[in-house]
Amino acid sequence: MSAIPHRPVSSAAPRIAKPFDWAGLVFAILLTLVIAVPLLVVATWAFTEVWRYPSLVPQKFGLRFWSQTLSRADVWEALFLSLRLTAVVTALSAVICLPAAYAFARLKFPGRNLLFLSFLASHAFPKFGLLVAIAGIFLHLGLISTFWGVVLIQLVGTLMLMIWVPVAAFQAVDRRMEEAARDAGAGPLRVFWSITLPQAGPTIAAAVLLTFVGTFYETEGAWLIGAPQVRTMPVLMISFINNQLVVQYGAVLSVMLWLPSFLALIFARRIVGTGAFARGFGA
Amino acid sequence: MARLTIKGVSKSFGTGFAVNDVSLDVEDGELVCLLGPSGSGKSTLLRMIGGFERPSAGEILIDAKDVTRLPPERRPTGMVFQSHALWTHWNVFDNIAFGLRLRRRPRAEIRERVEQALAMVGLADYGQRMTTQLSGGQQQRVALARSLVLEPKILLLDEPFASLDQHLRERLREEVKDIQSRLGITTLFVTHGQDEALALADRIVVMRDGVMEQVAPPDVIYRAPRTEFVASFIGSMNFIRVTVEEGIGRHEDLTLPVPVADGPAVLGIRPEALSLTPSERPRAGRVHRSIDFGTHKLVDIDLLDGTRMKAMMPPETQVPRGLRVELGVSAFHVFRDGAQVYQAGARGSETERRVSHA
Ligand SMILES: Nc1ncnc2c1ncn2[C@@H]1O[C@H](COP(=O)(O)OP(=O)(O)OP(=O)(O)O)[C@@H](O)[C@H]1O
Ligand SMILES: [Mg+2]
Repeated sequence: MSAIPHRPVSSAAPRIAKPFDWAGLVFAILLTLVIAVPLLVVATWAFTEVWRYPSLVPQKFGLRFWSQTLSRADVWEALFLSLRLTAVVTALSAVICLPAAYAFARLKFPGRNLLFLSFLASHAFPKFGLLVAIAGIFLHLGLISTFWGVVLIQLVGTLMLMIWVPVAAFQAVDRRMEEAARDAGAGPLRVFWSITLPQAGPTIAAAVLLTFVGTFYETEGAWLIGAPQVRTMPVLMISFINNQLVVQYGAVLSVMLWLPSFLALIFARRIVGTGAFARGFGA
Repeated sequence: MARLTIKGVSKSFGTGFAVNDVSLDVEDGELVCLLGPSGSGKSTLLRMIGGFERPSAGEILIDAKDVTRLPPERRPTGMVFQSHALWTHWNVFDNIAFGLRLRRRPRAEIRERVEQALAMVGLADYGQRMTTQLSGGQQQRVALARSLVLEPKILLLDEPFASLDQHLRERLREEVKDIQSRLGITTLFVTHGQDEALALADRIVVMRDGVMEQVAPPDVIYRAPRTEFVASFIGSMNFIRVTVEEGIGRHEDLTLPVPVADGPAVLGIRPEALSLTPSERPRAGRVHRSIDFGTHKLVDIDLLDGTRMKAMMPPETQVPRGLRVELGVSAFHVFRDGAQVYQAGARGSETERRVSHA
């Protein structure tokens, strides 16, 4: 591995008086390599026209496959469909799950534990079997091959993360803070909006983000319920890969697929800030 | 600014009573300290007044208006929590401004009042700090300012200075007392520190197992404790078992006139009411050690029956270890079955008269 030359540097570290974190640096470089190298390879493929073994760099760069891919109407359709679908699913999931999570975390009501378990249970069984069963019901309801059918099936898939993580986040909010806000004159809703939600914010933002990205790449439900009318980006990519074994098509599409998660990450950084974001995952 | 009336309030959490049939009247502008051991129901009582717990029985009135069923946001009370409970996602200014914003005060007024409040607690330049960047004492003061800025009719303080060092605690205590008496806020103050209670309170409530043992001004609590528990809890008190026969209480080291019915009793004697004289009697108590506090000396004496007594002596007294001493008593209390049945001594009788007047 190319990281090996760094080793002597780190072993020399104890002799250096300055408290520079060499181990940290090496770790960061290693991590970057592990994450970045495959991405780099894929990205390179996306811009390659000819690349034959054993050359280290491609013989010919070019945008031929980009123009071929981007000129296809179905790619654009799929991209916008995917973005729309994911946005709707994430928003719906937040609207349904956050109040429910708050109820689970704070309120006492009969059957609370059973209900909570049933939310998690949907993920305890083999997923595909469940999907097939749901598909049967959807067929009955005429939801197969419709936008809202896919929304519904993907929504089910988001429930666990969007309940479990926010429940933990809400439970971690200091009750005394909420009581102090009531004391200052805020009603229950205002307390939730001004105190509880911002306190749980970073963790919940992380959950929403993961839900967004996870939903974007979800294929099983989207394929089973959506095909053939509703074709999301990942479903399209799979069909490309299955139909023609040209590496570049896949590479171009996967570079395109980075787009939403990249945007989501930038968005997350803006609203949360890196420090708080990391804290959210730790909470 | 307001009168608080608690009528027969109880609270049970399923297992026994946390607060049991408590009745209390707090006058306009009065500062009442709640004192008692851990788990005696002080916080629970305070939280019921603030509206965070619903009483199992009884009612709470503020200015003769029944608030028992009102949620906290609709009560004219302000609570300062032991844990500060500052909103960490806001800075100091926003923390203090929140309640004013809820009341839809104009922007300029909010700014002015928040700055006033900050100046009042000595944190004038700290408005833009995040609350997590403050020391414990500063956080405590922000919590105080946050409550005071809303000018509550009744201020509830739950061990607000528990986490502070002695020095800061004393300073903040003075500040709170100043602000409280200047604004005339009716205040309930929960504390573990008896010196805090003695220094601050107009009246002290001593609680034990959810029940009020005694409600009285500090000097009365100290000099005329109604029960053995109160006597032991406030200040230090020597307890010694005696047998009463025909009006005389007898112990090997003491013989005192105790005009109560015959039988066993417990004498309570404050360290400052004990005097020592050297003795030749072989069975007299021995000095165990003496600690010099500068202003006075505290002498531990071991009696032959195993009782340890503390006596407060002038600082110049010389009491070598092992010295045999006789005890002299200038004032004492007599308890039977936990309750005081008799009290003697110059200062004691003075207070006794006051109690009977009250
Ligand atoms: N939410 C609750 N659920 C069950 N029991 C409770 C609850 N809150 C308080 N208790 C019980 O009620 C009793 C009184 O508690 P409280 O907090 O009022 O005591 P305290 O006098 O404030 O003690 P401390 O000085 O330690 O703060 C305790 O025995 C406690 O265990
Ligand atoms: Mg308490």
